[in-house]
Amino acid sequence: MSDMATASSPLIHPGEWHIHYDYAVGEIAERFFTELRDNATIYALRCPSCKLVFVPPRAYCERCFVRTTDWVKIGPEGVIEAFTIVYEPFDGLPVPPYAVAYVTLDGASTALANFVTDVDLSDPEQASAALAIGNRVIVDFVDERKGLITDFHYRLL
Amino acid sequence: MSIKTAIIGVGQTGYRFKRTDVTMQELAQEAAAKALEHAKMEMDEIEAFVLGIAPDALSGIDNVDRWIGQALGVTPRPQLRVNTGGTTGAAAAQAGYIHVASGMFRTVMVLAADKVSETPDAQWVLNTAMDPIYERSLALNAINMCSFQAVRQMHQYGVTERQLAAVAVRSRQNAMANPYAHLREPISIDDVLSSRYICWPLKLLDCCPRSSGACAVIMAAEQVAVSSPNRPVWIQGMGATSNTVYMGDKMGPGRDTDHADWDELAMAAATAYRRAGITDPLEQIDVAEIYAPFTCTELAAVEALGFCPKGLGGQMNEQGMFDMRGPMPVNPSGGVLSANPISATALARVAEAALQVMGDAGEHQVPGVRRAVATGIGGTLQFHTCMVLGEDL
Ligand SMILES: [Zn+2]
Repeated sequence: MSDMATASSPLIHPGEWHIHYDYAVGEIAERFFTELRDNATIYALRCPSCKLVFVPPRAYCERCFVRTTDWVKIGPEGVIEAFTIVYEPFDGLPVPPYAVAYVTLDGASTALANFVTDVDLSDPEQASAALAIGNRVIVDFVDERKGLITDFHYRLL
Repeated sequence: MSIKTAIIGVGQTGYRFKRTDVTMQELAQEAAAKALEHAKMEMDEIEAFVLGIAPDALSGIDNVDRWIGQALGVTPRPQLRVNTGGTTGAAAAQAGYIHVASGMFRTVMVLAADKVSETPDAQWVLNTAMDPIYERSLALNAINMCSFQAVRQMHQYGVTERQLAAVAVRSRQNAMANPYAHLREPISIDDVLSSRYICWPLKLLDCCPRSSGACAVIMAAEQVAVSSPNRPVWIQGMGATSNTVYMGDKMGPGRDTDHADWDELAMAAATAYRRAGITDPLEQIDVAEIYAPFTCTELAAVEALGFCPKGLGGQMNEQGMFDMRGPMPVNPSGGVLSANPISATALARVAEAALQVMGDAGEHQVPGVRRAVATGIGGTLQFHTCMVLGEDL
C-alpha cells in the first residue's frame, strides 16, 4: 500500500438529495383535523367490535381489522401516560428545552402525543415531578388553527 | 421438517465513527472476506445472499444493495434485501435462516453494512421515521421514544437514573476487551450521571453512538456445516414479533402490551425457547447479546428474556447478575451502547453470540458457553427478534 492517500485528507465528493412531499391525509384524518380546526374539538374512532376508542383515528381497528364507524368526542382533559423533556438541540426539531407527553384524553383508549406548555423546564428534577405520570392536563387550542396536530397542546391542571 | 441450520463463519469490520478509506461496497467486501476466511470457504461456495440495509438516506445511495451485491460478485446467484429499521440485521439473519432451513439453499451469506458518518443530516433522515400526519411535528425521535419507556419504568418499577447508569458502565467495561467496539474508554457511574440530559431521563452516556461498519454471517445446512473446520453453531430456535407503530397504543387503558416493557420480545423469546427446548432460560442459556441502544432498553430486554422478574432488571444488574463473571453475562461485546452500525447492529448481536458458542470471541470470551441468545429491536420499539444459538444439534 502506498501512503499517497492519508486518513487526514481523504478525497471527498459532495452529494445532495432534494425531496419534497405533499401528503394527502385521507378522509379520516381530514375529518379529525377539520373538527380540530373549525370546532376546537378532538375526535377519535371507536371499533364496533372491541369498542376500543383509537386516537389518532384509524380507518380499520388495528386489533380486529374491522372498519371503525363511530366518531367519539374525547377530552378536553386527560392523564399523562409518559413524557420526556428534550434538553438537546436536534437538527430539524424545535429549540430546546421542550416537553412532550403522551396523554390519554378522557374517553380514549390510547394515548396521543403533544407538547406540554407552561412548565418551567429549567430544573429537570422539578419539571419531571410536575409532568409525572398520572398528572392531569387539559387541551389548550391555539387561536389561529390550521388543521395541524400543533393546533393544540397540553397544559397541566 | 426444516433443515438443521448452523452458523459456520462470522466477519466484522470493526465499528468506527468514520471509514473514509473505503466506499460502502468496499466496507461490505471487507466483512464478507473476513467471514469467508473465518469459515475457510470461497465466495463461489455461497448459494444465496441476504443483505440487511436500513434507510437508504443514511448512506445516500438509493437501493445501495444493488451496489453491494455486485461488489460481492453475486452474479447470477439470488440476493434479497431486508429492512425492518433497527431490527434490520436480525431480520436479515432470520431471512437467511429461513433460506437454509427451508431446504432451498445449502449456504447463505447474511451481510449488513452502514456508513452513517457521510451525511451531517442523519437526524433529518431519522426525523422522517415518524408518522407525517399526527406525530412528525411533535419532535419525536429515536432517543425520546426510549425516554418514554424509561419514564414508565421509573414510575411503574421505581427504576432509578443510577440503575440506568450502571448498565452503561458495565457495557463500556466489556467493550474495553472488544477491539471491534467503537467506544472503549472506561466510564464511571458519576460520568454517566453527570453527562448532560439529552431527553430526560436519558443522558448522553445512556445513549448509543452512531457507527460505520459491516458484519457478515455465513449459514449452512447440516450436510455442509458438519464438515466446517469451525464448531458449527446451530440455530436452535428463532422467534419474531411486530406491534403497532403508535407508541400511544401501548400506554392508554386499551393497551395489550406496555411501552415500559418489551412484551413483544417476551413473545418472540417464548417461540424461540419453545423451539430450542428451553424451559429455564437462566439455567439453559450461558450468555446474551441484546440489542439495547439505550440503557433503559436493556432492562426491558433482560426481563422479557426471562432472566429476572419484570421490574427487577435494574436491581439485578446493580448486583452484578449480568456482569462478565456474573450468572448471566449480558453483552460481553459491549453491546449497542459501545457500537451502533445501524443496519449491521442487530446482525452483530447474532455474530457475537455465535462467536461465544464457537469459543472464538477472543478477549471478551465468556468461559464455557454452550448456548447463547441474540435479540433485535427496531421501529418505534415495534419489531423484535430472538435467536437461540447452541453447540448441540
Ligand atoms: Zn377492534
